[in-house]
Order: sequence, then C-alpha cells, then structure tokens
Amino acid sequence: MRIEHWLYTIPLRLRSLLHRGRLDAELDEELRDHIDRQTEENLARGMDEEEARLVALRAFGNPLALREQTHNTWSWSSAELLLNDVRMGARTLLRSPGFASIAILVMALGIGANVALFAIVRSVLLNPLPYVDPDRLVRLYENVSVGGLNVPDGDSAGGMYAEWKEHNRTLADMAITGGTDYNLSSAGEQLPEVVHGGNFSWNLLPLLGVRPALGRSFTADDDKPSANPTVLLSWGLWKRRFGGDPAIVNKSILLDSVPHTVIGVMPPDSSLPSVSTPKTQLWTPIFEAKKTDLMKMLDEHEFEAIGRLKPGVTEAQAAADLTLITRRIHDRHLDDSYIAFAANIRPLLDSTVGRMKTPLYVLLAATGCVLLIACLNVANLLVARAAARRREQAIRAALGGSRLRLLRQHLIESLLICVAGGTFGSLLAVGVLRWFVTVRHDVPRADSIVVDGIVAVFTLGLVTLCAAFAGAISSLSISGEQALKALRESSRGQSAGVARTRLRSVLLSLEVGLTVVLLIGAGLLLKSYAQLRSTSLGCLTRNVLKMDLSLPTARYKETSSIANFFSSFVDRVHSLPGIQAASVVYPAVPGDGEGTNDNFTILEHPPLPLGKSDIAYNRWCGAGYFAALGIPLLKGRSFSGSQRFGHSTEIVISESFARQFFPGEDPIGKHMTTFNQTGSEIVGIVGDTRIDPGEPARPMMYFPILAAPDIVHSGALVIRSSGDVTQFAIPVQRLLAGMDRSLAVSDVLTMDQLLDRNTLEAGFDATLLVVFAGLSLVLASVGLFGVLSYIVAQRTTEMGIRIALGARRAHVLRLMLVDGLRPALFGLALGLAASAATVKVIRTMLYGARPFDPAVFAEVSTMLLVVAALACVLPAWRASQLDPVQALRTE
Amino acid sequence: MSKPSDLVQGTLDLLVLKILALQPLHGWALGQRLKQISRDVLQVSDGSLYPALHKLEQQGWIRSEWKPTENNRRARFYSLTRLGRRHLEREAANWERISTAISGVMRLTEV
Repeated sequence: MRIEHWLYTIPLRLRSLLHRGRLDAELDEELRDHIDRQTEENLARGMDEEEARLVALRAFGNPLALREQTHNTWSWSSAELLLNDVRMGARTLLRSPGFASIAILVMALGIGANVALFAIVRSVLLNPLPYVDPDRLVRLYENVSVGGLNVPDGDSAGGMYAEWKEHNRTLADMAITGGTDYNLSSAGEQLPEVVHGGNFSWNLLPLLGVRPALGRSFTADDDKPSANPTVLLSWGLWKRRFGGDPAIVNKSILLDSVPHTVIGVMPPDSSLPSVSTPKTQLWTPIFEAKKTDLMKMLDEHEFEAIGRLKPGVTEAQAAADLTLITRRIHDRHLDDSYIAFAANIRPLLDSTVGRMKTPLYVLLAATGCVLLIACLNVANLLVARAAARRREQAIRAALGGSRLRLLRQHLIESLLICVAGGTFGSLLAVGVLRWFVTVRHDVPRADSIVVDGIVAVFTLGLVTLCAAFAGAISSLSISGEQALKALRESSRGQSAGVARTRLRSVLLSLEVGLTVVLLIGAGLLLKSYAQLRSTSLGCLTRNVLKMDLSLPTARYKETSSIANFFSSFVDRVHSLPGIQAASVVYPAVPGDGEGTNDNFTILEHPPLPLGKSDIAYNRWCGAGYFAALGIPLLKGRSFSGSQRFGHSTEIVISESFARQFFPGEDPIGKHMTTFNQTGSEIVGIVGDTRIDPGEPARPMMYFPILAAPDIVHSGALVIRSSGDVTQFAIPVQRLLAGMDRSLAVSDVLTMDQLLDRNTLEAGFDATLLVVFAGLSLVLASVGLFGVLSYIVAQRTTEMGIRIALGARRAHVLRLMLVDGLRPALFGLALGLAASAATVKVIRTMLYGARPFDPAVFAEVSTMLLVVAALACVLPAWRASQLDPVQALRTE
Repeated sequence: MSKPSDLVQGTLDLLVLKILALQPLHGWALGQRLKQISRDVLQVSDGSLYPALHKLEQQGWIRSEWKPTENNRRARFYSLTRLGRRHLEREAANWERISTAISGVMRLTEV
C-alpha cells in the first residue's frame, strides 16, 4: 500500500515541481472554463449576458483566493514560499550593498579561519596514525636524571632497548629507530649530495603494518652488523634522482662511498614515526648501519624506541614492566649517571604531535572568538536594520503577517549572509591551508592536511550555526513586541526602543570582552616573540654563514685523516678573498640545538658521591672558532696549535660553566677529566652561547677539533665576511668538491636564517593572533560607532529639546560619550576577567614572559579605551552640534 | 466566505470521491451533480471544489486528464484511481459506522 502510494505520487510531485508554470496555466484554464460553463448555463436560464456572468462569478467565490488556495495544495508550496523569502532577503541585502558586503566579508574571515584551523587540528592532532591498529602503538622513553636535570621522556640507548626487548612481558613487539646523514655519491651527471637517512630495526614496518610500494622491506638478515648493506628509497628520492625507474631495485648505490643494494621504494605518502621528516630521503637497517658497540651502550641516548602493546595491556602496566627492567640495569651501573632509572610510555600519536596541541588549540580558540565576534557583529547589524524597519514590520504584523513568517525572514537574511560568507570563507580556507603547509614544515603530519567530506560537513554545520545564532539573537528584538506599541512609538518618534538599544549594548559588551581576551593573548605572544628575537645567542649573527658536512667513515677512518681534512679545508676557505674568518665546530653552532653533552670531573675538587655527576654540553672546534663567531674570550687563551690527534690537553669553558662549577675560584689552570680526555687543563673562558634562543645559556666545554674522538665525522663550517656572506656558498662548495668529489654540504644557512627557522613557530602564532585581535578590534569599534550613531539618531529630538532649553554642548557631548563608552567599559571589565582565567593556557607558549604581565594588560586596556573613544567621538560630537530648530523640525 | 467549514470539508472529499466513482467528470459537471444530489444542502461556493480536487489529486486518490468536450473545447476530467477507490471504500465504511453511532445517540436523547 505504502509503496504503491509512493509509486503513484512521486511522479505527480515531480511534475508539480518541474512544470510549475504549466500547472498554473492549466489551473487558470480550468477555473475559467468553470465560469464560462456556469455563464452559459445561466444564459440558458434566460439571464442577459452581463447578469449571467456576474451570477456565475458570485457563485464561484474569489477566484484569486481560490487560485491561491489550490496552489497551496500542491506539493512544494512551502518550498516555494521559502524561495520567495530567500528572493526577498537577497533583494533586501542587495539594496544595502555596503551592509551586505561588510557582513559577508566578516563572516568569510571568521568561517574561513575556523574551517582552516579545524582541518589542521583534525589532520594533525585528531586523525589516527595511518598504521594498523594505531591505538596500541606507543613510544617508549627512558627517564634519565643527570647533573640535577630530570628528563622524563629521554631517547633510548641501544643497550637498554636490547634489555627491554629481551625481558619485557607487556609488548607484542618493539622497534628502534635513528638517523644518519649520508653522502650520496655522484653518479653520471648527478652531483654528490648529503641526504638525510632514517635507520630502523627490520621489524618496524611489520610492527606498523606498512609495506614498500616497490620491492621488499628489510628482513632480519639485512639488519645485522655483518649483513650486506641495503637501502629503501623514499618515493621522492626515487623520482628525483633515479627518474622513477623500477629497475633500480636490486641495483646498488654509493652511500658514504659504500655500495648499498636498493631493495625497495616506499610509497609516496608514507610517513614513519620518528624516522621520517620531510627531509628524510632513504632508510637503512639500523643494526647494519650503526656501529655495533653503539647499539650495545647503555648510556648513549641516540635512538627512539616504538612498541606495540599486547592486547589488554595498559600503558601504565607496560611502563611499570619496562621500569622494572630499567631499574635493574641502573642499579648494576651506579657509577654511570647517564643510565636511565625508569621508563615512560606515551601513545605514539601523542608523542608525534603532542607538542602542537596547545598552540593549535589556542589558535582554534582564537578563531572561534573571531567567529563569535563576527556573529555578534552581524546580529548587531541585523538588529539595527530591524530597528529601521520597525514601522514596516509592525504594519505587516497588524495586517496579519504571521510572526513566524517575520521571524523566518530574519533567519533567512542571516542565513544568506552566512552562506555567502561560508562560500568565500571556504575558498579562503583552501588558500590558507595551502599557505600553512608551505610555511610550517615544522608541524608534524602537515603533509596529511586535507579538505575532505568531514571538513565540508563541518563548514556546513558552522554556516548553519552562525546563521541560527545571529538570526536568533537579532530576532530577540522583534519577538514579544506589541505591534500597536511599536506603531505608536515610531509615530511619535521619541527616545524609544530602549530595550532594543540595550540588546545592542549587551552584544557590544560581549564583543568588546572577546576582543580584550584576544588582544591580551596576542600581546603576550608578541611580547614573548620580541623577547625571543632580541635575546642574543651570544655570538655574531650578521654575515655569518654555516653549512654542515660529513665525512664518510669508509674513507676517513683515522682521526688524523679527519682532522687533517678539516684543517686544510678551513685553511683553503679562509684564503678565499673576502672571507674574514672561518672555522669548524661539532656538533652544532649556537642556536642549532643541544648537540651532545657529557659528564666530567674536576681533578682539584673532591669526588662526588656514587651515582652523582656533573654534566655540561661539549663542542669540538677549531682554534679560530671563537674569533670567527665573535664569541668573546673573557680570560686566558684559545687552543694552542700543539695538540695531538685524538687527544687533547686543553679545554676552554664557558662563562656559566665557570660560574656554576668554579664559584669563587679561578678555573684557569685547573684540570678536568671527561669523555676520552684525562687531566686536560682549562686554558680559557669564553662568553656564553645559547643552544636555543628560548632557553637560558647552559654550561659548555670546548675541545680542539684536532683532538676529536672518532665519533666526530661531521661538522659545521662557519664563515664570516664583511658583506653579503651568502655569495660564498657556491665557491666554498666548489672548493670542497675540489678536495673530495664525493662530498657535499647540507643545511646552508646564515645565522639569521637559522634564528628565523628556530623562532618560526613563535612568530607564526604571535602574528596570527595579532591579526585576529586587530580584526576583532576593528569589528568592535565599528559596532560601537554604529550603536552610538543609532542612539544619537534616536535621541535627536531629545537632544534638540535639551539644547533648546539651554543645555551646554559640552554637556551633551559628555552625555553621549558616556552612553557610547558604557558598553566598552563593561566589555573591558568582562574581557580582563576572562583573560585572567584563560591566559594560563598559553603559559607553555611564552618565552620569558609571564601570563599575568601587568604591562600587557595595561597596554591592552589603554588601547581599547582609546579606540572606543575614537569610535564614539564622531557621533557624540555630531549630537552636540545639533541645531535645535532643525532637530525638532525633523519630526 | 467561500471556505467550507471543517465538517463539510471532510465530507466534501468523501462526496467528491463517491461521485467520481460513478463516472469521470470535469469540475463544473461535478459541482452540478453535487448540488443535485445534496439538494443544495451543502452551502459551498462553486470555486471551493478546486482546492479540494487538487488536494485529492496530490494525494493520489484521483487523477486528472484533459479531454475534448462539445464545440471544440476541452476540460479537465477527474476520475478515481485504484488507490482512491480503496480509500473511498474505507472512508465509506468509516462514515457508515460513525453516522450509525451518531444517529443512535440522537435517537436516545429523543426518547
């Protein structure tokens, strides 16, 4: 029955949808036919022609109304009505293009920013990792406490990993990963280049459930020190360097001058946890690639361990299990404080993107505020328009226009604005996302950001929500209004509509409040960014260029050959005309990360209790390094030239090292034992340099690079010139190729560029928040201006009377200013209170700035009041300049 | 004005269906027949037939068709569909039941 019914009525409904015009024409014909026939009948009864027609019409009823009624019985008539409303709404909007375009632009910005941020948050933070059963994947951390510093989520040592893997009972499987830079030798016309490679134990891919696109993955036999070297290529490297030729599989390529067999190519979108950065171009099996003894050491935290929990095992259980093992090892080696004493576990997703959580959610909250402000603003504008159309609406209501219909028109107008805004906003979002992906490569999983169905649904939902919100707020002003009262009021034209003004004031206060929160957040981030940029690294950054190079172990086995290479390279670079200074340093220049650290003992001091040790960062550098980077020599001297290969008798320490470990003593002439050096003498003290612009200077010790141990196979060349230093990048690389054709440099950056890169995130967050806050401020001041102008227009008569009765113009000005500033003051109070509650959230994003920075709070308050006063001054002044006669006559 | 009361509206549908069950008719003829049969008891304007007819058509009870009539004219003829016939049977039975009940009650109060 039901189906038959539908079968029959669906074509009917389609017909009434598609042939609306014909149906109308047919209805007309039908009605006309009826009247004609009745007229004929009447004629036949003997009436004259005119009477016959009149009688027929009278019996028929009101043809127009009947036509309308019949029309309404057709399907879709409510849709038709809606369409009419939409058409009318669009026409109303088009009649005031200024209002419409401002409202739509504001909405587009709000919706666009939110959609973009939502897409980012979803792809980066929320989407599960693209592996099999990703919820049970975890990152395993060693908890190390050394030199008074507790590191709960430290990297793994090879030896500890081996112990965990053998003795754990809570993990289904466990893999270890690391990284190595390789010199990819020249082949044919291709130049040599340094490529970043990842290393992982063979079971990583099966553990994750990832397969190569081409060839096979590593087997247990590939992942042994004695195995023939093998390599998996990334899709990008395969396309770029090998022309996407599938025949590359089973061929061999030279990495660090050692032939490696290509066994496969990874798929284009493959990202592997911790071993694939955008830079990673190939992967090798870790136990084959890394030195055997390094993989057995318990205190070299070079690797990252990943595991899969057994079904039913919680993270806490696994952490307890691994901690037990770690503790046992720790207690057996109390003399080595670099050995972990506990283990920690975090979900893999959290460990990959966890650090992005606060910044992204803060940005999302900020865009949410902007959208809320945009909605309030649109609601405000709609209320203003409703006020202007008050008489019209009252008349419509009096004539029987249903309140629902009026309400619907409000909603439709706001829906139209939001839909148009949403359309432009989506385009904006796509642009923003594209821009984000190119600017922020530092964001993990940035390449997985997509606009998909969920984002589209989110956009639609957002548009609907905004439309409903703005429409509902603005229709607060029409509901419950007495048509008669409205008519009476508007005809008398007195200071009416107090309630409506109050609604607008409340909206404005909210808007101002939100603006204050955004301004304070932006101010704090901006201040912290400024502080970050102004902190000195402790060295020169202008006209200083650094580039990394590494020497293949296969051909530079002896420490002497490495040292010889570095010293003759530096000499040749120095002899280039225009270069003022050149030197090398390992492992990192200032501002380029932690590098390495080690513990040490001072021979002149009493020994520390067992299990305790002092640590400091260590750097190996040329004697001219301090001069090249402009690091001041505070006391003593730099290294002398009389150092033996692989062993040094001289150490230079930093200022904070001296302050921390030699309080009230002269360190010069004291002796230290560290790493592979016993009893070296401290010969000089240099100024502090920072490993990261956001961190305080840490104690550092410098050794001559000539005496570097055999782990030092790479270094950073630093050169300084008086002018533009980047012009030397090419000549230096040519020099290098002249010395060894298989070598290439990487990461060629000026120190200023390096600083930009390391402060990118802080700068990005601060800039965005400042833009959002600025936008909100503009919106809020436009709102203030609009409301006060409205109030002035409303009270024209009143002001006219006041002035006519002798009120001073200054008094009128003050009266109006106070009226306009009241919502701003309420909003400011509201915003300050809300900020006090919310700034704690961004604490982790601030460098050297406190969340409750009185200066920022004061500056924001002042700025807001000044802007609010500016927005109010013009309407208020206009009110005070009223000509009373004119004002009274306008009625 | 021309709007029939609710009670009449309900019965109007039923009457229209019943008349159309006998033969297909165009609007005017249907109106004439209605007046004839109900002996002018139903005080509805001629025109109010049309909203009713179109509603019945939208519901699928009746279908319409343009057919030529005398003197080179054409008119829209309405006829009952299978669905309509079934609906009519059901409604007629309903009507029977209700009117029996109501007249029963009426007789009771008269006694």
